[in-house]
Amino acid sequence: MRALREVPGRLDVERVRKDFPILQQEVHGKPLVYLDSAATSQKPRSVLDEVARYYEEDNSNVHRGVHQLSERATQAYEGAREKVRRFVNAAHAHEIVFVRGTTEAINLVSQTHGRTRVRSGDEIVVTVMEHHSNIVPWQMLCEEKGAVLRVAPMDDEGTLLLEELERLIGPRTKLVALGHVSNALGSIHPVRRIIEMAHRRNVPVLLDGAQAVPHLAVDVQSLGCDFYAFSGHKLFGPTGIGVLYGRSELLEEMPPWQGGGDMISSVTFEKTTYNKLPYKFEAGTPDIAGAIGLGAAIDYVTALGLPAIGAHEHDLLSYATEALPKVPGLRLVGTAKDKASVLSFLLGEVHPHDIGTILDREGIAIRTGHHCAQPLMRRLGVAATARASLAFYNRREDVDALVAGLHKVREVFA
Amino acid sequence: MKSELRDLYQEVVIDHSKKPRNFRKPEGANRSAEGVNPLCGDEITVYLKLSGDVIEDIGFQGAGCAISKASASLMTAALKDKTKAEAEALFERVRSMVSEGPSGKVDPEALGKLAVLSGVWEFPARVKCATLPWHTLRAALEGIGAPVSTE
Repeated sequence: MRALREVPGRLDVERVRKDFPILQQEVHGKPLVYLDSAATSQKPRSVLDEVARYYEEDNSNVHRGVHQLSERATQAYEGAREKVRRFVNAAHAHEIVFVRGTTEAINLVSQTHGRTRVRSGDEIVVTVMEHHSNIVPWQMLCEEKGAVLRVAPMDDEGTLLLEELERLIGPRTKLVALGHVSNALGSIHPVRRIIEMAHRRNVPVLLDGAQAVPHLAVDVQSLGCDFYAFSGHKLFGPTGIGVLYGRSELLEEMPPWQGGGDMISSVTFEKTTYNKLPYKFEAGTPDIAGAIGLGAAIDYVTALGLPAIGAHEHDLLSYATEALPKVPGLRLVGTAKDKASVLSFLLGEVHPHDIGTILDREGIAIRTGHHCAQPLMRRLGVAATARASLAFYNRREDVDALVAGLHKVREVFA
Repeated sequence: MKSELRDLYQEVVIDHSKKPRNFRKPEGANRSAEGVNPLCGDEITVYLKLSGDVIEDIGFQGAGCAISKASASLMTAALKDKTKAEAEALFERVRSMVSEGPSGKVDPEALGKLAVLSGVWEFPARVKCATLPWHTLRAALEGIGAPVSTE
C-alpha cells in the first residue's frame, strides 16, 4: 500500500478545470479554449477567494499599525513571502523582494546592482531569445554607462549555442542575464551549466523565470543563480505582483532603488538610514492583496504538485507537437529538444494576425505577433508568429479544437 | 463560416491580400513614408509620385496581415490621379466606415471597391490594420520623415 502512495499523483484535468471559473464560459457562442497562458494564466477560485477574503476581513496597512487588522495583514503578507521562499527554496525570506512583476524585478537589478557595478567598456551578456523586458533595461544601463550588450546566438531550432555563449563571457563581463524558458519558443535553457560557466569567471547570473515557474520546479540554491525574477500573474496569481529573489550578499551591497515609506529605519533631514532586507527595496505600501493572492496560487500549484503538472503538460506538448504539423502548410517555430508547453507556428502565407482573428471566432484564444521578442523574430526571419501556450488546465480536446480551427483558417484563405 | 468572418474576409479582400495591386515602388516616386504597427510588427512603405497636388502614381511595399495588405492595395487603386484633398477626404470616409460601422455617416456603397472593408468595424482589434496604410499615406502626402505608428 505504501508503494501506491509514492506514485506521483496524476492530474485530474476535469476536476482541475472546475477550479477555474473563467474557463466555464462561451466566447462567440463556442466553449472558451484558452491557449494564451504564457501571456497570462487564469486564476483558480482559491486565489480569487483569498484576495476577496483579505479585503473583507484583514485589509489594512502592513508593518505600521498596532491594531489587530494591521497585525493580521502583516502576518498574511509576510506569510506569503515565506510561501515564495519555500517555493523557490531560497535560503532566507529576506531574499524575497515583492515587486510589480518580472519587468520591475529586472529593472530593479539593472538600476541598483547594474548601476553600481557596470563601468564604461564593461559588458552584459544576454541571449537572442530574450523578452524585451530582459533586453531594454540592460540597453538603458549600457547607454548610460558606455557599456556593451553582447548577445548569445541560437541554432535554427531555438537551442542556445552554449560554446558561443561561453566565449562571450570575458574579463569585462559584469552580468549574464537570460530567460530560464523562452516565452516565444518554449526552449528550456540549460541554466545550471550556464551559471557554472559564468561563476567560473566570477560573473553573476540573473534568470528571468517568468515562463519557468508555472511549469518547472525551481530551486535557486541548487541552481546557484544570483537573481531570479518572476511574475505572479503567469503563476495563476493576480496581476501587479512579482518576485525578485536575490542572494543576501548581493542585495545587501545594492543601494536602495525607490525611496519612501517602509524602506527606511529612520529619517531626518540630515540623514536617512535605510531599512534592512527586503524592506530596503519595498518603498511605499506594497500590493498586499496581490502578495497574499500569489501565496494562495503557490498553495494551489504545490497541492497539485509540479511533477504531476509537468507530466500532464509534457503529454499535451507531445500530443500537440504531433497534431499541429499535420495541418497542411503548418510549420512549428522552435523545436528545441527541451521545451515547455509553448507552440509557436506559421501557417503557409497566412499572417498570424488573421489566424488569431479567425480562431477567436471559434472561441480559441491564442497570441499572435512578435511576443515582445522582436530581435528573436528578426533572427528567425519572420515578422510575427502565432503562439499557443498550454497550462495544466488544458486538455487534449483543446489541441483538437485548435487543429479544427486551423483547418477553418485554411478554408478562409483557400 | 460565421457571417462576421465572411464580412471581414470577403473574396475581394482575400484576393487583394494575396495579389496586392501596385505592390511596387513607382518609377519617379518623389514622396514616401513608412508605417508600423508595433503590436503585430506590420510594416508598410507607401510611395507617391506627386505632381503638384495630383497623385500621378502610387505604390506600396511591406509585410502585413490580410486586412492591412488588402486595404493598402485597394487604397492605391482608388487614389491614382486623385488630388491631395480628395485623398484626405477618402481617408476620412474609410476611417468612419471601419471604425463606426453602420452607425457612422458613411454609406459603404458610395465608396466603391473600398466597401469590402466595411466588415472590419465588427473586429475592433483589426481597425488599426485597415487604417495603417492610410495613416502612412497621409504622412507621405505631408512629407513627414519619421515613420508613423498606429500607437
